[in-house]
Amino acid sequence: METLEITKDKTALAAKVTTSITGSQAVLECFIAEGVETIFGYPGGAIMPIYDALYDYQEKLKHILVRHEQGGIHAAQGYARTSGRVGVVFATSGPGATNLVTGLADAMIDSTPLVAITGQVFAHLLGTDAFQETDVINITTPVTKWNYQVTDATEIPAVLAKAFYIAKSGRPGPVLIDITKNAQIQKFDYEGYITCSHIRSYRPKPIVRKDYIERAAKLINEAQKTFVLFGQGVILGKAEKEFKQFVEKSGIPSAWTILGLSALPTDHPLNVGMLGMHGNYGPNVLTNECDVLIAVGMRFDDRVTGRLDKYARQAKIIHLDIDPSEIDKNVKTAVPVWGDCKETLPLLTSLLEQKCYPQWLQRFKDFQKEEEDVCINNELHPSTEELTMGEVIHLLNELTKGEAVIVTDVGQHQMVACRYAKFNQSRSNVTSGGLGTMGFALPAAIGAKFGAPERTVVAVIGDGGVQMTIQELGTIMQSEVDVKILILNNHFLGMVRQWQQLFNDKRYSFVDIASPDYVMVAKAYGISGNSVGNREQLKDAIAAMLHHKGSYLLEVHVGKENNVFPMVPQGCSVSEIRLK
Amino acid sequence: MKQEFTITVYTENQIGLLNRIAIIFSRRKINIDSLNTSPSEIEGIHRFTIVINETEDVVKKLARQIEKQVDVLKAFYNTDDEIVWQELALYKVSTDEIAEKVKVERLLREYGARAVVIRKDYTVFETSGHHEETDKLVKVLEPYGLIEFVRSARVAIIKASNGFHERLREFEQTDPGEDVIENEYLGKQGEVFTM
Ligand SMILES: Cc1ncc(C[n+]2csc(CCOP(=O)(O)OP(=O)(O)O)c2C)c(N)n1
Repeated sequence: METLEITKDKTALAAKVTTSITGSQAVLECFIAEGVETIFGYPGGAIMPIYDALYDYQEKLKHILVRHEQGGIHAAQGYARTSGRVGVVFATSGPGATNLVTGLADAMIDSTPLVAITGQVFAHLLGTDAFQETDVINITTPVTKWNYQVTDATEIPAVLAKAFYIAKSGRPGPVLIDITKNAQIQKFDYEGYITCSHIRSYRPKPIVRKDYIERAAKLINEAQKTFVLFGQGVILGKAEKEFKQFVEKSGIPSAWTILGLSALPTDHPLNVGMLGMHGNYGPNVLTNECDVLIAVGMRFDDRVTGRLDKYARQAKIIHLDIDPSEIDKNVKTAVPVWGDCKETLPLLTSLLEQKCYPQWLQRFKDFQKEEEDVCINNELHPSTEELTMGEVIHLLNELTKGEAVIVTDVGQHQMVACRYAKFNQSRSNVTSGGLGTMGFALPAAIGAKFGAPERTVVAVIGDGGVQMTIQELGTIMQSEVDVKILILNNHFLGMVRQWQQLFNDKRYSFVDIASPDYVMVAKAYGISGNSVGNREQLKDAIAAMLHHKGSYLLEVHVGKENNVFPMVPQGCSVSEIRLK
Repeated sequence: MKQEFTITVYTENQIGLLNRIAIIFSRRKINIDSLNTSPSEIEGIHRFTIVINETEDVVKKLARQIEKQVDVLKAFYNTDDEIVWQELALYKVSTDEIAEKVKVERLLREYGARAVVIRKDYTVFETSGHHEETDKLVKVLEPYGLIEFVRSARVAIIKASNGFHERLREFEQTDPGEDVIENEYLGKQGEVFTM
């Protein structure tokens, strides 16, 4: 009312009047202003006003109806990972919201930018055990970067601006906004969207300090056996180019964490492979020989470090990270280089001498040769009758020429796919790294395709994981999502079986999992498919899958009791890695 | 070595933040000995005072985790000799009992206590100080039928602090000075994190 009195100009008055909108409309207006194009979601009672508003926004906002809210949030994650933008998901209150929790935890630990909107019961019913009321804010607090409950529509523009800013800035992460039904219905004067770029209590980027850069450069220039470990920070910071320049000028062999994969092309001469439990031989062993270890945007996860008190004790560690709490968290740093690696890497590179380490690099090659002889060749070019997961990935490489996005689930196939898949460009590897969420791949592949529609998306999934979120075939069917589903069926929960074989005397306790006829299941959803189990048909079957127009499911029967090697057994040092 | 640390946290006044901070401790199975929330020297900015018994290495990392929260401006941690602190205690006893058996005046003087309420049926005393001191009076009153006892959380002032006004101004700028985002790690070669 106040605005009506003070507005004298008639056109301005008209403008004000027409911007009286509901909280639900405001949510969608904010999305448009924020550049959101795709929403993954599932409706329900407490979010109905938003869905009602969405009915009129179908031209501007694409909504993908998933089959389960977990599928929705994993799709949003896949979208964020391939597009580099914020993934958005809708869910209703109560069970809808609790179904998001796994995805939030996954996005939190893998630093994926998301905004999740949940409906909530009317504000006056909060705390009364109303129908479908759960305390979503408190349930999600440990698995969100920030969360907030809106009970009044006027808060929506500012809160959403804040949500997007927090989700994507600094170290990205998931943000959940819980909106009570009354706020969704409430009308208010919408004065437009103002993007948020500053929150006084929040410092997304630490200040880069020159003295640390100088100290790091000095250490690197003086070192003889330098080693770079890179993680997803390079990708999240959109610093692939800066990283490549750094590596090429410094001439330092570089190895990746599972989430850093694809930040540097696989075939780059200084890319020496994968770190960690099922990583490559050289990178693991030589971690305990290098003199200076440079960690770029990675967090020394225990799957990477193995036994911590025997990890790189001889090395001086330089840690580049945007998150101050990562410095010294697991591994003692000699020089912390706080900051966004997009800024710190070029500063560091400029102070480095152009160098190369032929002898040191040769060490990696020698270990690589040994690994090839003992395990890689058997995996990629097996002499056994049974198919291996590795040869499937090897053929996939041949046929996609490293151009595909590969989304993996969790287990043996994940390790094999990450070990052997080739990537020419960044944002090509989508996997659940930190949380290891089975059921991630199928829905994440849907999102990955929306995030990178021009690219081929192949979901590599185990027979266990695919059965966790198989309902998303319905989403693929209805929304005509062109994803290629490659099931590597070993008729076991393979990774757990491998551990039971190696560490529990082959006591195969509940890992023998039955599968439906996947081709028939796909067919029921109108998705073409095929199933193969012999070498002669394999290449053609993969080619047929890739050439098929639209979604396709290919099941490959692989050896039942194959193991993933090398392996750093739990509790062992990285240099105690076993080749068999 | 474990010792008592007081963590002082300056925050926005945001619902749910108490939980967000509390779970940083509970997730790591660390017990909070005392927790107080109150206004600070600056209007609209809250101040948490948290007491825990831990090694400095763990406390340092906890402070980083706290500071990482979006609504937290700054977290400091201090040992006992770096702060001035007080706790308040209240004691309820039967008025008859102490009028008869204890020289109330002596008690008040000796323990720095003050009678807050004196009624026919009961009397409430108050003391403030460190808990070693406030606990002593409990011992003294126990034989005379201590009906109720309660002690507040610790409140603490950091001796070396100049308050938060200056810092807040820096936080409010989009381009803060080095003081706001400081790297406290350089040169500190503590133990590897073990919590
Ligand atoms: C949601 C969830 N439940 C359980 C696990 C534990 N887990 C890790 S790998 C694995 C086996 C996966 O089997 P499958 O999907 O068949 O893949 P494979 O290892 O055979 O390639 C299990 C059960 C998990 N990671 N996630």
